[in-house]
Amino acid sequence: MTLPNAKISPETVAQHGFTPDEYARVLRILDREPTMTELGIFSVMWSEHCSYKSSKKWLRTLPTQAPWVICGPGENAGVIDIGDGDAAIFKMESHNHPSFIEPYQGAATGVGGILRDVFTMGARPVANLNALRFGRPDHPKTRYLVSGVVAGIGGYGNCVGVPTVGGEVNFHPAYDGNILVNAMTVGLARADRIFYSAAAGPGNNVVYVGAKTGRDGIHGATMASAEFTEDSEAKRPTVQVGDPFTEKLLIEACLELMNEDAIVAIQDMGAAGLTSSSVEMAGKGGLGITLHLDRVPMREPGMSPYEIMLSESQERMLMILRPGSEDTARRIFEKWELNFAVIGEVTESGRLILQMDGAVAADLPVGPLVDEAPQYDRPWVATPRRPVVAVGDVPPNPDPLAALERLVGCPDLASRRWVWEQYDSTVMADTVQRPGGDAAVVRVHGKSKGLAITTDCTPRYCQADPVEGGRQAVAETWRNLTAVGARPLAITDNMNFGNPEKPEIMGQFVGCIQGMGEACKALDYPVVSGNVSLYNETEGRAILPTPAIGGVGIIDDVASCVRVAFPAEGQDLVLIGRTEGWLGCSIYLREVFGRETGAPPPVDLAAERRNGDFVRDLILDGLATACHDCSDGGLGVAVAEMAMASGIGARLTLPDGAPRIDAWLFGEDQARYLVTTRDADAVLAGAVAAGVPAARIGTTGGGELTVDGAGAISVDRLRTAHERWFPAWMAGDA
Amino acid sequence: MRSAVIVFPASNCDRDAETALRDITGRAPHMVWHAEGTFPEVDLIVLPGGFSYGDYLRAGAMAAHSPVMREVVARAGRGVPVLGICNGFQILCESGLLPGALMRNASLKFLGRDVHVRVETSQSLFTSRYAVGAVARMPIAHGDGNYFADDATLDRLEERGQIAFRYCLPDGTVGGAGNPNGARRDIAGIFNETKTVLGLMPHPERAADPLLGGTDGRAMFEGLAEALS
Repeated sequence: MTLPNAKISPETVAQHGFTPDEYARVLRILDREPTMTELGIFSVMWSEHCSYKSSKKWLRTLPTQAPWVICGPGENAGVIDIGDGDAAIFKMESHNHPSFIEPYQGAATGVGGILRDVFTMGARPVANLNALRFGRPDHPKTRYLVSGVVAGIGGYGNCVGVPTVGGEVNFHPAYDGNILVNAMTVGLARADRIFYSAAAGPGNNVVYVGAKTGRDGIHGATMASAEFTEDSEAKRPTVQVGDPFTEKLLIEACLELMNEDAIVAIQDMGAAGLTSSSVEMAGKGGLGITLHLDRVPMREPGMSPYEIMLSESQERMLMILRPGSEDTARRIFEKWELNFAVIGEVTESGRLILQMDGAVAADLPVGPLVDEAPQYDRPWVATPRRPVVAVGDVPPNPDPLAALERLVGCPDLASRRWVWEQYDSTVMADTVQRPGGDAAVVRVHGKSKGLAITTDCTPRYCQADPVEGGRQAVAETWRNLTAVGARPLAITDNMNFGNPEKPEIMGQFVGCIQGMGEACKALDYPVVSGNVSLYNETEGRAILPTPAIGGVGIIDDVASCVRVAFPAEGQDLVLIGRTEGWLGCSIYLREVFGRETGAPPPVDLAAERRNGDFVRDLILDGLATACHDCSDGGLGVAVAEMAMASGIGARLTLPDGAPRIDAWLFGEDQARYLVTTRDADAVLAGAVAAGVPAARIGTTGGGELTVDGAGAISVDRLRTAHERWFPAWMAGDA
Repeated sequence: MRSAVIVFPASNCDRDAETALRDITGRAPHMVWHAEGTFPEVDLIVLPGGFSYGDYLRAGAMAAHSPVMREVVARAGRGVPVLGICNGFQILCESGLLPGALMRNASLKFLGRDVHVRVETSQSLFTSRYAVGAVARMPIAHGDGNYFADDATLDRLEERGQIAFRYCLPDGTVGGAGNPNGARRDIAGIFNETKTVLGLMPHPERAADPLLGGTDGRAMFEGLAEALS
């Protein structure tokens, strides 16, 4: 065998992101210098993005098991059993770096990539969500980024015909140079028809389907594993271009083929394209793969093996077919007018061998490439604790309702209608709860049950106290699923952090993981899939630690779920959970006093579970007629949102033992829900029996929100403030 | 009622139409792949919503030249009713079965939300179960729904009663803030001259189930089933 003998210079090694130690490891594994193609393959496989080299040690500590988990982390997406032979398959993934450089295509291909992770496993995608974080609204780039990202998500998701049903949009100066675009897809499959990626059967054909390979996106995975510098704009060519039309055809073709008994293994070509898909399939199967690169469908002539292997062209899949099923598969892909090419075979060699034009471009041992990727136990320091802000440390507010009006209209709490009206949220005709509630609810097609889905994270809590913030992020998704009446089942996590080589950043990561793990354990709510995005820094300035959590739950009958809107006048409002008036780290403190200070509210996981289980029963028993959890902005914002969603007002009275009125309204104590009911006595009696704090705090009715001791504000006025900010800001006059 | 739903590459409301037809009429439609030159005799042909061919040329422009459309046009000529929803409406205009064109929304943005439409006539197969002047709430989900035709065409459509639906406010007041996309004369849906072909931008098939937030679209399918069974 002869390999092209390229001299690899130290500069080339550094450009490929290797430390000297890592490159020495490559040389040791090969016992020779790599070819350029081989160097490129090692580079992407050992990138932070593909190898999880800084995070694996800590990710392993997360709970991933439950009786309903069919497949946990490690595959393309997580799989859970939702009864009756049905399975839900889901994952969230970041496309942060590309979206900052080229917002439309970055976000669009983020959606495309996560869709493929889900339908690769045999699921029909049924819902998309997006957790988005941008810089400060008055940063000169922010509007352009928001507008591009939202258009890109819509452009892709709307065309493929998967409803975009929820997500988050938040702003903070820490994201000025590094926005976060985390896309989540949920799909449905039959539990006995799940497809995995491990290669099997030496001699079986390796088949390439989908779009052609071009020179786009080369080294995207490496880019996603480094900090941004001033010249990041020059990386625009590493951003891929999406083609949702081809993706839609690919979904239908793959699902059609999956109905036949033809597929041994299947893997999408995501980050690092053909490299990671072939290496991962061979690695998981403990086998080898030989590829004939001249058979790869190419968009342009003259592509080198290096370019073919590192291209991140979109809408491509790699499959291993059972012997004799090529004709069936080819017929299906030709019907959908997609490329279909047998490009290689599974071997017993344990090696990835790449041939092109009669020459060998690479010959690598798969095992070491996968298993001997560097793993780091990065040094970390715990985030110093912040002092607690007592109610007495905050000046009393003479006009709490003016503060409420300001809060519901502030960038982080204003209506996101401008965003979600650009998404098709009702295609597939199963969207029971659209964007704007606590969780989206999507019916399982043809059945009465449904999935509740949400994404949440409160990065300012994570920054103040990573452990508490990690707990809170998981608990808030659990709470949002509970608030529509769902039983939370599992989460996917998207860990967005700065440079892990800095001990304080690594400390944020470690802390968040610890808190998340505790919450998952306490709530029986395992992690089944996830993604890590590190190096979200520009010129040394890191984002807020942002472990975005996507939660999925089940509702046996979607007719029993509730919404946030007050259902009628004359119903009682009952607040579930303890209210001490925790103002530290609150939106109120930030928006009204310009203070981002204090310890975040503690999360009592036992109370969380007790209160949530109680609320879910109230909903399923028909006692709660509407429900909303209390999160950013506390009780005041929660009640305002319920009023604005319905057009019905309410009169509130502080219960005995309540803290000062501003702390009562805007404190962000956790584990709380606001419910409406026709039978407050039954709710309160049930709460006593369940050991859950509950208080009747008011009645719905009229067109105003009245708080005894603070006056009144009309619901219309709140709505005007709530709806104004986003469109006005986008139009340039906010 | 026998029906057929034509499926183009990247149609994406084909299943929604199938579900509504089956649930409301009790009979599953034939799902017809666009490459098929012919399909069974049916009482109703539905061109569903979606992004046929990715809308990469002009919405509906490629699908209008698909093999199956020759057959659809021929059958429409023989009086077989055709319903085009959203992308289906765009295809009907591109194939000449309906006059006018659908341009980019005036906002230049995709718009997905509920709208209200006023029923302009009950004298058709499609609207017989609606009262004239009734207000129906249905979702829209489109980037190119801004109906355009020249004044002479619009006058003729009005004279001949070919306007099916106009965008309105919840109280039935036509136009103004009720018009989501800048459509001329607030047109949301039109008929051909014989009122056997209807194209509309809102999605009646997504407003046919109380759990999804509305049932104002059901009457269209109920009326069709009654007239065509």
